[in-house]
Amino acid sequence: MAILQTTELAIQFGGLRAVDNFNISINEHELVGLIGPNGAGKTTIFNMLTGVYRPTEGDIKLDGVSIVGKKPYEIVKQGAARTFQNIRLFKNLSVIDNIKIAYHNEMKYSTLEGIFRTKRYWKEEKKAHQESLDFLKIFDMQDYANTLAKNLPYGKQRKLEIARGLATNPKILMLDEPAAGMNPQETYELMDTIHFIRDKFNITILLIEHDMNLVMGICERIVVVDHGKIIAKGLPEEIKNNPDVIKVYLGE
Amino acid sequence: MKDNIKKSYLLNIVGILSIYLILKLLIGGNVLNRYHISIVIFICINIILATSLNLATGFLGQLALGHAGFMAVGAYVSAITAVALKSSGLPDTLMLVISLLVAGIFSGIVGIAIGIPALRLRGDYLGIITLGFGEVIRVIINNMKSITGGAQGFTGIPRIANFDNVFWITIIVVGILYALTHSRQGRAIISIREDEIASEAVGIQTTKYKVLGFAIAAFFAGIGGGLYAHHLAFLDPKTFGFMKSVEILVIVVLGGMGSLTGSIIAAIILTILPEALREFANYRMLIYSFILVVMMIFRPQGIFGTKEFSLSSFLHKLRYNQIISPRKEIKGDE
Repeated sequence: MAILQTTELAIQFGGLRAVDNFNISINEHELVGLIGPNGAGKTTIFNMLTGVYRPTEGDIKLDGVSIVGKKPYEIVKQGAARTFQNIRLFKNLSVIDNIKIAYHNEMKYSTLEGIFRTKRYWKEEKKAHQESLDFLKIFDMQDYANTLAKNLPYGKQRKLEIARGLATNPKILMLDEPAAGMNPQETYELMDTIHFIRDKFNITILLIEHDMNLVMGICERIVVVDHGKIIAKGLPEEIKNNPDVIKVYLGE
Repeated sequence: MKDNIKKSYLLNIVGILSIYLILKLLIGGNVLNRYHISIVIFICINIILATSLNLATGFLGQLALGHAGFMAVGAYVSAITAVALKSSGLPDTLMLVISLLVAGIFSGIVGIAIGIPALRLRGDYLGIITLGFGEVIRVIINNMKSITGGAQGFTGIPRIANFDNVFWITIIVVGILYALTHSRQGRAIISIREDEIASEAVGIQTTKYKVLGFAIAAFFAGIGGGLYAHHLAFLDPKTFGFMKSVEILVIVVLGGMGSLTGSIIAAIILTILPEALREFANYRMLIYSFILVVMMIFRPQGIFGTKEFSLSSFLHKLRYNQIISPRKEIKGDE
């Protein structure tokens, strides 16, 4: 069953049609890559899928429910998490607080219960604390729990952003250029992490990437966009040999 | 962990009680005269105003320049309520608490009404809007002669605020703000300061929490204003001008944006300082400003930055001579 499906998605900024007639269907547990040259509209597509932009035409269905016009936080509640191209962590907070903030909607106590510290407050806070620690353990970051996010090495910051997205308990995780600014060693580790989380959390992953090693190495299916339109879809092998894709990336 | 929490609760209660008893003894022994007591009460009022503004500016990260406006709303509403209750024969403290609650709720509602449109803007723009709002409130009060006494001032307010009730109300307000900033709602508020886009992307309803933070700040500013009214027993709209808002903001910035304990220390220093410098007459504001400039050059993040002073970790540090982070785990200490 398709977890994420877009039909004839389009967005217009004034006279510019940034994305046009964008149709994809991503199945459960799939790992799909979205590639294209700079300015092709990849991040715009992400922003529409996560509710930052409202598409001017078309429909997006997340797990069968239309999410067009919903606010980003509502879409998160429905099960779509994302990371950003330029890492957006809560920099001055500790690593564990970053995760706890993502647990916000899992906790249910009210503002007054929080102020007067009722039994429920202690119970839920303790549970969130424990679960966040367990979560960090999965990512092998438990030693950094009390480090400020801004003091983490770059690769770990990416990892934390992915972990924070996963802590919202999503059905689909969207990664915007996870390997940007990484060296080959870090990219290699990241590939491992992405594989690992897909199997561990049994989720679907959609990623934007420029690093071809990473895309060709882990994606099961690839969608190529240029000038806001899909120019090719298929298995990595097919994409590699597709003349249109080669033309877009290398010129004639 | 549970034992640690209990221990730090106990420690804080002991700390607060000893401050209270020392002050009480000093007052009883006539070491502190009426003038000194008045300064202590002003310190408490400034603590309430600064910690509440810190919630909006330090924790939520929204530049608000209209805190004196909320204070004015609270002061006048509280005064009007108390005058109405005067003949009811209620005990002073109960009357004070009722007036303050009415003032806080009224001020909080005004906060929501201002917050919903204003919080769509950020940074300087929000600063200008809140600044304008503060002035609007002052002008309205100035012109509602029949209710507020206008520019001649509001007289005949029962003087029901004394050292005891002001001290304990301050402790309760700070306690509530501390607990709030360490709950899931508080974390949501802090995450908006850190990165609003990321905060929405992890499922936090940013508009709701911005308005909530702003409204709670307004609520406590109203309570601070109410105490001010019941301590001075006279209100003049001129005192709630732009300079008052800036004065409170200076306390917050000096103490550290995002540190309640920092605001407390800064409120104490900045209330005592102008009084202590009184003998230098004309030079006192110069010295006051100079100290602020020096402070901003050498410690721009404020006295405590975003950290909280914690009695239990302080004692721990003294005993083991090592540094531990006060924010390490959820603790009920301050």
